[in-house]
Amino acid sequence: MIELGKYAFSVLASYGISISIIILLIFTYLVKARKISKQLHEIETEWKSKDKKNETIH
Amino acid sequence: MNIWYYANPLKFLHITSKVVNPLLIIGLICVVSGLAWGFFFTPNDYKQGSTVKIIYIHVPAALIAINTWFVMLVSSLIWLIRRHHVSALIAKSAAPVGVCMTIITLLTGALWGQPMWGTWWAWDPRLTSFLILFLFYLGYIALWKAIEDKDSAADLTSVLCIVGSVFAVLSRYAVLFWNQGLHQGATLSLDKEKNIADVFYHPLLICILGFVLIFVALTLIGCRTEIKLRRYSAIAAKINT
Repeated sequence: MIELGKYAFSVLASYGISISIIILLIFTYLVKARKISKQLHEIETEWKSKDKKNETIH
Repeated sequence: MNIWYYANPLKFLHITSKVVNPLLIIGLICVVSGLAWGFFFTPNDYKQGSTVKIIYIHVPAALIAINTWFVMLVSSLIWLIRRHHVSALIAKSAAPVGVCMTIITLLTGALWGQPMWGTWWAWDPRLTSFLILFLFYLGYIALWKAIEDKDSAADLTSVLCIVGSVFAVLSRYAVLFWNQGLHQGATLSLDKEKNIADVFYHPLLICILGFVLIFVALTLIGCRTEIKLRRYSAIAAKINT
């Protein structure tokens, strides 16, 4: 077992806060990327189907 | 093929789709293994005790925080000169990563400084310029959100980026310029005698590599998201007309 001694709070708090921030950052980027990808896919599908309808009418 | 090939958003999306996930995964592996190596398998410092283990987070975060601003600077200059939208979006996507790394640096620095210097904070040149850099990051992100027209936002934030570069440089070189203050000089040096001991150096290098890869992956993911968002807005506008 490693000996952190009297500085245990400083070391563990540093690691805890930093790892939490990094995980939150990665999570935020990935969630937003997924959400926008899904929205883009939906609107592209809608646009293509509207385009096909317009072609049929003409 | 030259570098401006990647300025085309669709080509950028196609090429980066293959690299972002491997970059992120390798980055995470490097960070986890570097931190585990440093935390569990390196000795305590004879002066600083176990607080030396904070180096494996503090130094990589500081490096990324400063160098992110330089990446944003280069991207902003490319936007101002060549008007490539992808470069403006690279700068926009990198900023939140830079903010988080600056926060990590400031917090871990305070947690390290309290037992070593007896204070959470000091108006030391390096610390002060880092705090100002953090405020510039916040201002940069706020300015993007405040301006509706995207091209105007890119122009103004690029100018802000150029101005803020002064503090990025100061954060890195303040110790040399003023030769005073609490914060030590460079941790890493090409001169082996001035460099930290190998037992700390090797896990630190792994951590730095991991942080760099995560920064690159997140910036590319953010840029891809911004490109898709703009495409979404363009299609929505066409559908509604």
